[in-house]
Amino acid sequence: MNADVNISLEDGGMEGRLWEYIDGSTSGEERSVIEKLIADNQQWREKYRELLELHQLVQTSPLEEPSMRFTKNVMEEIAKYHIAPATRTYIDKKIVWGIGIFFITLILGFLIYGFSQVNWNTDAGESRRIVDVTNVDYSKFFNNTYVNIFMGINVVLALMLLDRFLASKKKQIHKEA
Amino acid sequence: MSTGPSDSEIISLVLKGDHNAYGALVDRYKSYVFTLTLRFTKNREDAEEVSQDIFIKAYRSLADFKGTAKFSTWLYTIVNTTCITFLRKKRLEVKSLDDERTFEVADSQDSGFRANIVEQKSRQNMVNQAIAMLSPDDAEIITLFYKNEQSLEEISHILGLEVNAAKVRLHRARGRLKDKMEKYFSEEVRDL
Repeated sequence: MNADVNISLEDGGMEGRLWEYIDGSTSGEERSVIEKLIADNQQWREKYRELLELHQLVQTSPLEEPSMRFTKNVMEEIAKYHIAPATRTYIDKKIVWGIGIFFITLILGFLIYGFSQVNWNTDAGESRRIVDVTNVDYSKFFNNTYVNIFMGINVVLALMLLDRFLASKKKQIHKEA
Repeated sequence: MSTGPSDSEIISLVLKGDHNAYGALVDRYKSYVFTLTLRFTKNREDAEEVSQDIFIKAYRSLADFKGTAKFSTWLYTIVNTTCITFLRKKRLEVKSLDDERTFEVADSQDSGFRANIVEQKSRQNMVNQAIAMLSPDDAEIITLFYKNEQSLEEISHILGLEVNAAKVRLHRARGRLKDKMEKYFSEEVRDL
């Protein structure tokens, strides 16, 4: 036990552990270890008393009060404003899904076309590859910088959409759990 | 923290058009918001102005409050961002927690408080004065934890930190508060 105490003191861990104990964020086992240290070790006991006193002092200190007219001033000010509509209502979900579906269809279209160009007949003697993707002539589609940028944006948007979908699924699973 | 209608009940009344109901929310949270704001601004006039601005912002964005967290946690997030903007505007240097110079600057600012220390010997004022001597970061986290009844998880959400980082920041802030108390109020503490 003494060795444990010495290690903690050297690490400066005594104060941290005592704060956790005072805050009530220690586990049952750790709590009983700290209680024993407080009871048996004078250094721990003194530090505990010191920290507890500070904790109680801060806890009981009063809040600062604004002027008497504060609420009235706020109410007078807000009379000039309207509550802004919720951000979520600005964005129509149908539009978001529509854009998403459009881009996914576009990507799928390219993939389907690409695969349709693949020579599926493999020659075992020449190659062990099942699919020879080298036969696809991508240059037909990606011969323009703007097309490449456009496709890049599509891919990023599709990934963002997928990420959002997976995140919402994850949240849903957490809620159910 | 409160009696009467719950925060969500008041919010739904306000969203239905009963704007006067918002006064109840202001009354309920004005001291918490003002105390927190005062930790940043260090003077009451600015704190009052910034607090007012916070309640107006909260009112305007009320429709965005989803109710997944406590209203207070949502409100203190607005306090945090508004106060940081205020500090930036005022060009006050917000120093990192590990920067030793923070203490030197804070110590040099302490001289202004010394004159009042003699007059205000009560426990509560003593603590509030010691908190006022801390950096805004330290003072904010102590206020959120002790005065505004926020858990470490909620504080981490308000400050945009990991829970462990918030815990470490709180421990360090309390250590610094203890140092201030010992340095400037040791006699008063002994008298109590």
